[in-house]
Amino acid sequence: MSGRRILAMAFKEMLQVWRDPRSLAIALLMPLMQMVLLGYGVSLDIRRVPLCVFDQENSQLSRTVVQQFTASGWFRISEVLDRERGIREAMNRAACIGALVIPADFSRRLATTGVGPLQIVFDATDTNTTNIAMGYAQGVVALAGAALDANWTAAHGILPSSVGRIDLEPRVWFNETLDSRNFIIPGVVAVILALIGAQLTSLTVSREWERGTMEQLISTPVTPLEVMIGKLVPYFLIGAVDGAFCLLAAVFWFGVPLRGSLGTLVVTTALFTAVVLAFGYLISVKVKSQLGASQVALVVTMLPTTLLSGYTFPIDQMPAPIRALTLLVYPRYYVTILRSVFLKGSGLVQLAAPVSGLVLYAAVVLWLAARAFRKRLD
Amino acid sequence: MAPEEAAVLVSRISRRFGTVEAVREVSFAVAPGEIFGLVGPDGAGKTTILRMLAGVLAPDSGELRLDGIDVRAAPEQAKPRLSYMPQRFGLYEDMTVAENILFYATLFAVPGRERRERGQELLRAAGLEPFRRRLAGQLSGGMKQKLGLVCALIHTPRVLLLDEPTTGVDPVSRRDFWAILYGLRESGVTIVLSTAYMDEAERCSRLALLHAGRIQACDTPAGLKAAMPGALLAVAGTDPRGMHDALAGAPGVQGLLLMGDHVHVRVDDAARRAPELRASLAAQGFAPSSIMEIEPGIEDIFVALLGAKARP
Repeated sequence: MSGRRILAMAFKEMLQVWRDPRSLAIALLMPLMQMVLLGYGVSLDIRRVPLCVFDQENSQLSRTVVQQFTASGWFRISEVLDRERGIREAMNRAACIGALVIPADFSRRLATTGVGPLQIVFDATDTNTTNIAMGYAQGVVALAGAALDANWTAAHGILPSSVGRIDLEPRVWFNETLDSRNFIIPGVVAVILALIGAQLTSLTVSREWERGTMEQLISTPVTPLEVMIGKLVPYFLIGAVDGAFCLLAAVFWFGVPLRGSLGTLVVTTALFTAVVLAFGYLISVKVKSQLGASQVALVVTMLPTTLLSGYTFPIDQMPAPIRALTLLVYPRYYVTILRSVFLKGSGLVQLAAPVSGLVLYAAVVLWLAARAFRKRLD
Repeated sequence: MAPEEAAVLVSRISRRFGTVEAVREVSFAVAPGEIFGLVGPDGAGKTTILRMLAGVLAPDSGELRLDGIDVRAAPEQAKPRLSYMPQRFGLYEDMTVAENILFYATLFAVPGRERRERGQELLRAAGLEPFRRRLAGQLSGGMKQKLGLVCALIHTPRVLLLDEPTTGVDPVSRRDFWAILYGLRESGVTIVLSTAYMDEAERCSRLALLHAGRIQACDTPAGLKAAMPGALLAVAGTDPRGMHDALAGAPGVQGLLLMGDHVHVRVDDAARRAPELRASLAAQGFAPSSIMEIEPGIEDIFVALLGAKARP
C-alpha cells in the first residue's frame, strides 16, 4: 500500500467533488434543508388540543374547571356547545378532538357526595393523539381536584378524606420538560448523516464506470484498498463538516441539552460517518450506474433508518422478529448513542454496547467493500 | 523469435461473452521495440485482446506474457510495466491537463523531478504545452488522445497498449501522435495498437489481420502484400460503381473493391487481363480512363483474404 497513491486518489476525488455542483449540493446544502424540515416538521408533542365544551351547569365552579383546561396550555376551547348532539357534529367537522361535558348537577353532587362527575369524549381515529390528550386531561383534572382540596382544607381545617390516600408524585428524568424535540433531534441528526453519507459515496465508483475512467484506472498498479481509502478520505472530511453542522444546530438552534462530553460525541460521530460512507461505497462498487447506485442508497438507507432505527418508533415495542432485524440497521446504534450522550451525559464506557455494534459494522462493511472492488471489467 | 525474448507473447488465448466467441485461439509474439498492429472490422476482437493484455479482462484460456510476466496469473505484477489507453477517453474530463498527468504519474510512482521533466518533454511533443491548465473535457478530440498518450507515457512503460488511438483525430494530431510513437520505438518500448486506418496499419512493423476473433494473417506489411495471390489492377473512370458491377464475374477476376474513384480488381495475371478488361468494359458502354497495375494496400489484402464482406 502506498501513501502517495492514496493521497493522489484522495486529491483527485476532492477536485472532482469540488467541480461537480451536484455532489457539492448534496454534501453541503442537503443537511441544512433536512435539518430544517425534519427538525421542525417532526414533533410528537400535542399542544392546544381543540376541545368542545358542553357546560350544562354554567356555574362559577364549572367555569373554573373549563378555565383550568385552557390555562394548562394543552387544550384550547374550539367551540361552546348547547346540546349533546353538537358533539358528534363538531367531531365530524373535525372542529374538535375532545368534548368536555359538565352535567347540570355537577356542583351539587360535588358538594353532597364529594365527587364531581365530568365526562370527556374523544375522537379516537388517531389513537396516539387520543392517548396523549387523555393523559393531559387527567393531569388537568387532578390539578383541579387538588385546588378544590386546598379550598376545602382552608375552609374546614381538615382534608376531605385524609385516610388511606396514596399520592403518586411522578418525576421524569433526562428530559424533564417532556419535550419530544429533545428526543427527536438527536435522531434527526443520525438520519441526516446516514442519508447524506451513503448518497455521497454511492456515486464515487459508479461515476468512474459511467464516465469511462475506470478502464484506465484499473490498468494502473493502484490497489483496491488504495482506491477505497483514497475515495473515502475526502468524503470523511465532508461528512465531518456535515456532522459538526448538524450537532451544532441541535445544540444551539434547537436547544437540545448536551450533557455528555464533546469527545464522546466526536468519536462516535466519526465512527458512524465511517460506517455510513463505507456502506455507500459498497453500493457504488456493486451498482455500476450513478442513478442506480444513488437510488439503491436512498432506499436501503431511508426506509430502515426512519422506520427501524428507533428514531420515531420505539424499538422495545416492536415484535421480536422486527426487533432482531433492527440489529442490522446501523443507525439504531448511533441514535441510541446520541440520545444517551445528549440527554443522559453517557460516556464511552456506558455506551460500550452500541459503540461496539458500530465498530463491528464498520469492520464488516469496510472488509466487504475492499473485497467487492475488483480490478476487472467483467 | 524465442518465447523468452518476446516483449509480448500471446498463446492460444480465447474469450467468450455469453454465446459470442470474441477471441478464438489467438497467438502472436511481439519483439521488443516493435510496433505491432491489430487490424480488423468492428467486432473482430481487437479491443478484447488489448484488454486481456492490459490485465483488465481475464482470458478463458491460453497464455499471456508481458515482459516475461504471466499476465493471467499475476496481472498486478505486469501493470507497472505497461500503459493502456482504452478506446473510450479514459482520463478525467473535470481535471486539467496538468492534474491528469500528476495523477497518473503518482499512481505509477514517478519521482517528482522526472515527472516534471518528462511531462514537459511529452507535452511539447504533443503540442499541448499551452493547454496545461485547460480541463481535459474542453480539449478537442485529437488533443484528448494526445493527452491520453502523455499520461500513458509519463512512467516510461515497457509495453504500450493503444486501442484505436487515432480514431476521430485530425491529420495534424495524428502526425504528432505517430512522431511520438516512432520516438518510443527508438527507446525500445514495445507498442501494440489496434487501428481501423489502413495507412496507419502500413506504418506498423508487423500486422495481425483479425476477423471474427481469429487471426487470418500475421506478417510485416510487405510480407502480407507479397503473399497476396494474383495481381492488382486499378481501373479509373467516370462511373466507378457501374464499372465495379460490370466487372463482376469477368474471366480471371478474383476480387473487386471500390476505392473512391477507382475500382481495384484482383486478377490472376495483370499483363494478360488488363486489355481484356478494357475490351469488356468498352463492350458494356464504359470508357475507363486508365487501367494499371498497382501495389496492393492492406485493405486489398484484407479483401483478398476474407472477401468483400469483411471489409474493415
